[in-house]
Amino acid sequence: MSAMTDDTLPASPRTLRDEMIVFAAMAVLLAIVPATGIYPFFVMQALCFALLACAFNLLIGFGGLLSFGHAMFLGTAGYFTAHALKEWGVSPEIGIVIGTAGAAALGLITSYVSIRRQGIYFSMITLALSQLLYFIYLQAPFTHGEDGIQGIPQGMMFGFINLSNPTVLYYVVLAGFLGGFLLIFRTINSPFGEVLKAIRENEPRAISLGYKTDQYKLLAFILSGTLAGFAGSLKVFVAQNASLTDVHWSMSGEIVLMTLVGGLGTIFGPVVGAFVIIAMQQYLAGFGQWVTVIQGVIFVACVLTFRRGIVGEIGHYFRRSL
Amino acid sequence: MQALYAQLLVGLINGSFYALLSLGLAVIFGMLNIINFAHGALYMMGAFCAYFLLNLLGIGYWWALIIAPIAVGIFGMILERTMLQWLTGLDHLYGLLLTFGIALIVQGLFQNYFGSSGLPYAIPDELRGGMNLGFMFLPIYRGWVVVFSLVVCLATWFLIEKTRLGANLRAATENPTLVRAFGINVPRMITLTYGLGVGLAALAGVLSAPINQVRPLMGADLIIVVFAVVVIGGMGSIMGSIITGFALGVIEGLTKYFYPEASNTVVFVLMVLVLLIKPTGLTGRAA
Amino acid sequence: MKQKLSKLLLGTALSLVAATGAFAQDKTIKIGVLTDNSGLYADLGGPGSTLAAQMAVEDAGLAGKGWKVDVVSADHQNKPDIGTNVARQWLDVEKVDVFVDVLNSGVALAVSNLVKEKNAVLIDTGAATSDLTGKACTPNTIHWVYDTYMLANSTGQALVKAGGDSWYFLTADYAFGHALERDTAAVVTKSGGKVVGTVRHPLNTADFSSFLLQAQASKAKIIGMANAGGDTTNTIKQAAEFGIVSGGQKLAGLLLFLPDVHALGLKVAQGLNFTETFYWDLNDGTRTFSKRFSERMKNKAMPSMIQAGVYSGLIHYFKALEAMGGNPHDGAKVVAKMKEMPTDDPLFGKGSIRIDGRKIHPAYLFEVKTPAESKGPWDYYKLVGTTPADQAFRPLSEGACPLVK
Repeated sequence: MSAMTDDTLPASPRTLRDEMIVFAAMAVLLAIVPATGIYPFFVMQALCFALLACAFNLLIGFGGLLSFGHAMFLGTAGYFTAHALKEWGVSPEIGIVIGTAGAAALGLITSYVSIRRQGIYFSMITLALSQLLYFIYLQAPFTHGEDGIQGIPQGMMFGFINLSNPTVLYYVVLAGFLGGFLLIFRTINSPFGEVLKAIRENEPRAISLGYKTDQYKLLAFILSGTLAGFAGSLKVFVAQNASLTDVHWSMSGEIVLMTLVGGLGTIFGPVVGAFVIIAMQQYLAGFGQWVTVIQGVIFVACVLTFRRGIVGEIGHYFRRSL
Repeated sequence: MQALYAQLLVGLINGSFYALLSLGLAVIFGMLNIINFAHGALYMMGAFCAYFLLNLLGIGYWWALIIAPIAVGIFGMILERTMLQWLTGLDHLYGLLLTFGIALIVQGLFQNYFGSSGLPYAIPDELRGGMNLGFMFLPIYRGWVVVFSLVVCLATWFLIEKTRLGANLRAATENPTLVRAFGINVPRMITLTYGLGVGLAALAGVLSAPINQVRPLMGADLIIVVFAVVVIGGMGSIMGSIITGFALGVIEGLTKYFYPEASNTVVFVLMVLVLLIKPTGLTGRAA
Repeated sequence: MKQKLSKLLLGTALSLVAATGAFAQDKTIKIGVLTDNSGLYADLGGPGSTLAAQMAVEDAGLAGKGWKVDVVSADHQNKPDIGTNVARQWLDVEKVDVFVDVLNSGVALAVSNLVKEKNAVLIDTGAATSDLTGKACTPNTIHWVYDTYMLANSTGQALVKAGGDSWYFLTADYAFGHALERDTAAVVTKSGGKVVGTVRHPLNTADFSSFLLQAQASKAKIIGMANAGGDTTNTIKQAAEFGIVSGGQKLAGLLLFLPDVHALGLKVAQGLNFTETFYWDLNDGTRTFSKRFSERMKNKAMPSMIQAGVYSGLIHYFKALEAMGGNPHDGAKVVAKMKEMPTDDPLFGKGSIRIDGRKIHPAYLFEVKTPAESKGPWDYYKLVGTTPADQAFRPLSEGACPLVK
C-alpha cells in the first residue's frame, strides 16, 4: 500500500479547525441550493453519491482496501427500502432502517469472505461478490429483474414530514448526507481511525504492536458498507425506483472514479468528485456513450498524472489536509 | 441424456474462453504485477478485428485467427509502452484502475460507433453444420473451438515452462535485476509478455465471434467471471489457470443441466467456498 | 420568506399564463421521442421513430398555422431507471408535452406512471405489454400499435389450429416477455393446446445455446419465442446450429418486425408466421408514406410498425390539439379529446381509441415469402389472414383497467 499513500498523504499534519471551517462552508452552500434555481433533483442525486463515495473512501483512503464492488451495498439497500415502502407500506424512516440494516448484514457476510485476501485480490473478490449479488437480484422475484421496482411512494416521514415536496425532500437528504459525513469524519479522527491508518501504512508493524488488524478491517468494511447502504436508501426517495443499474459493476467503477477524482484519502475529496462526475453525466447525457469514454479518460489521466485528485492537489498546494 | 452432453459442450466452450483469458491474465500478472482489467476489452477488439477484416478487406476467418491476435497484441504493446510502464514502483491497485479506465475508453468508443447489439459474424464454411454422434448433436464449429483452445493453451504452457525463452521469462519474473545483469533486455521482455497475454485474449475473441456475435460489451461481463476463475485457481501456475478455466466451464455446464437457475452464479459461489477453505486459491501462492 | 417569494413568483407566472390564455391560446408543442437508439431494438424504433415524428410535424402543416413544434429525442438504453430519469427531466425542465415510441415494456410502464403524475401525454407505439391498457392503464396513456394480447390471439391461435398443440416458451426475462408469455399461454390453453415448460433469458443475450438446448429437450412441437428484436433473430439463427428445426420442432416468432426479417434474410426467415398491424406494402397510403420515409432513412429501410405508429399517433394528437384551438398543457384533457375523436390516417386507416387507452385497428397475420416469391428488396410478407378491428384486441371487460366502469 505504501505507494498509494505516499502520494495521497497530507503534506502537513491536519488541523481539525481547517476541516471544520470547510465543513461549515459546505453545509451552508448546500443549504441555500433550493433558492438558487439549480435543479434540486440533480443536487439530491449528487448528495447520495457523495455520501456513497465518502463511505467507499473510508475503506480505501483510511483502510487501504480498494473495494470494486461497493455498488452491492447501494443496490441492496435500495431494493430493501423500495420493497418495504412499496409492498409493505412502511413509513419512510422504517424503510431507511430496513435498507441500511440490509446493507449492514451484507457487509458482515461479505467482509468475512473478502478480507481473507489483500491488495489486488481483495478488489477482484469484492467485484466478483457484487456480480454474484447482481445475478441474484436479476433473478429474485422481489426485485422485478430488468424492470426494477418502479413508482415508489415517498410518503410522510415520522408522520408529518412530506417527502413528496421536493424542497422538504431536499433538506431531508441533505440532513442524511451531513449526518453520514460527520459520522465518517468522527470515525477517522477516533482511536479506531488512527489504528486503521496505521494498518494502511504498515500492516505487519500494526500486528506486531498487538492490534488484531483483521478485526479492524472487518469493522471498517462493515461500517463502510452500512453507510453506503444508507446512501442507497436515501437515493430511493429521490429516484423513486430501484434497479439493476445500482448493483452493476459499472456503478462500482463510478464510485471508485468519484473518489479518485476528488482525492483518495482526503475528507472532502469524494464529495467534490461525486459532484463533478454527476454533473458531467448530466451535461453529457445526450452524447451517448461518450460519457463512458470520458470517464475512462479521467481514470487514465488521474492514475498517470493526477493521483492526489482535486482536493488532494488543493491541499498539497496550501500544505493543508482537507 | 442428450441434453446433458450438449450442455457439457456449451460449458466446455465457455471453459475454453475462461482458460484462454485467465491464462493471459496469469502471464501478464507474473511479469508486470498488473491485473489487466482491459483484458475483456481487448478480447472484444479481437472479435471486432475479425469483423473488420471480413467486412472491409474481405479477409476470412482463418487469416483472422492469425492477424487479429498480432494486431491487438501490437496495440497492447503500445499501451504497455505508453502507459503501463509508468506505473512501475507504484501500488498494484493503480494498474487495476488504469486498465479499468482503458477498458472504459475502448468499450465506450466501440459502443458509440456500433451500438450495443451484436454484429453477425458467420461461421466459416469449412466448419459449418453439425454431426450427429448418436449420444448428442455436435455443432462442428463448437467442437473446433474446444479443441483449438486446448491446443493453444498447451502450446503456451510449453512455451513458458519448457523453452529457453520461457525460462528467461520466469527468471525475469522472479528476479528482474539479476536477469538484467545477464544481458537480457527486461523492459522489452515485459512488453512482449503483455503482447502475448493480450494476443491470447484477442484470439479468444476471434474464436467467440461466430458464437457470441461481435458486441462492444462482450468482454465486459466475461472478465468478471474470469477474475473469479483467477481467484479460484490462483495466479501462480500456468497449468493451474488452464485446468481451472476448463473445469469451471464444465461445472457451469453441469449446473445448466441440473439447476439452470444457478448457472450464472455457480462460479462466484465456488469462489466464496474456495476462499473460505483455502484463501490462496487452489494452485496459488500468497500474493 | 424564500418560500413566500417563490410562491408569489409562481402565482404571477400562473396568472400570466391564464391572462395570455384568455386572449390567444398557447400554440407550442414539445414532442419527446424516448427510445432505444443504440441497442437491440434500435432498428425497430430508434432514429427511425424520430424521423417519423419529424415527418408527422411537417405533414400536419402546423407551422403554417402559427404553431411551434419541437422534437427532442433520447436513448433510454432499455433501462427503466435511465428512462424515468430522462422522462423526469423532460417533464420538469424541458416541459415535454407528449412522449412517443417508448418501446421496451419495462421502460413504458415506468414512464407511464410518471407521465400520469405530471399530467402529460404518452402515445406508446413501441411497448408490447397489454398491461398498459389493463391494470396499469392511466388517463394519460394511449397504446397505439399492438399489444401482447393481440399478438397471442392472432399468431397463437393460428399455430395451434395448424397442429402445434404443445408449447415451450423461450422468454425475455422482463415485463414484455412475461406479458407475451402469459397472454400466449392463455390462448394456447384455451385453444386446446398445452404448455410444457418455459425458460427465461436475460434481455440482450448473445448465446442462446443453453436455452435452446433446454427447449429442445422438452420435445415440445412449438418453441414460442417470447422475445423481440436482436434476441429473436439470434435465437432463430442459433437454433439452426443445434439442428432444432431439422429435428422436427417449429420456432414460433410471437413478435417479429420488418427490420428483423430484413436482418435474418429470407433464406432463414421464410415461412415464419407472425402478426403485425402495419406493413409498408398494404395499400397506396402505406406505400406512399413508406417510400418517402425510406428515402430519408440512412440505410433506406422501410418503416417498422412502431415507426409508422409514431407518425399515425402524432397526426391524431395534432388533430385533437387543433380542435381544442391551442395546447392546454393538460395531458388528461388532451387524451380525453383524442379518445372522443375517431382516428383516420393513411397508415392504419380508420379507427378509434377506447376508454382504456387502447387504439383499435385490424391485425394482419403474415407469412414470410420464400426468396423465389420476393420481387425485390423489402418485399417480404404475404398476407394470410386479417382479424377485424373489433376482434383483434382484448375485450374491454377483461382488461381490469380501472378507467372502465
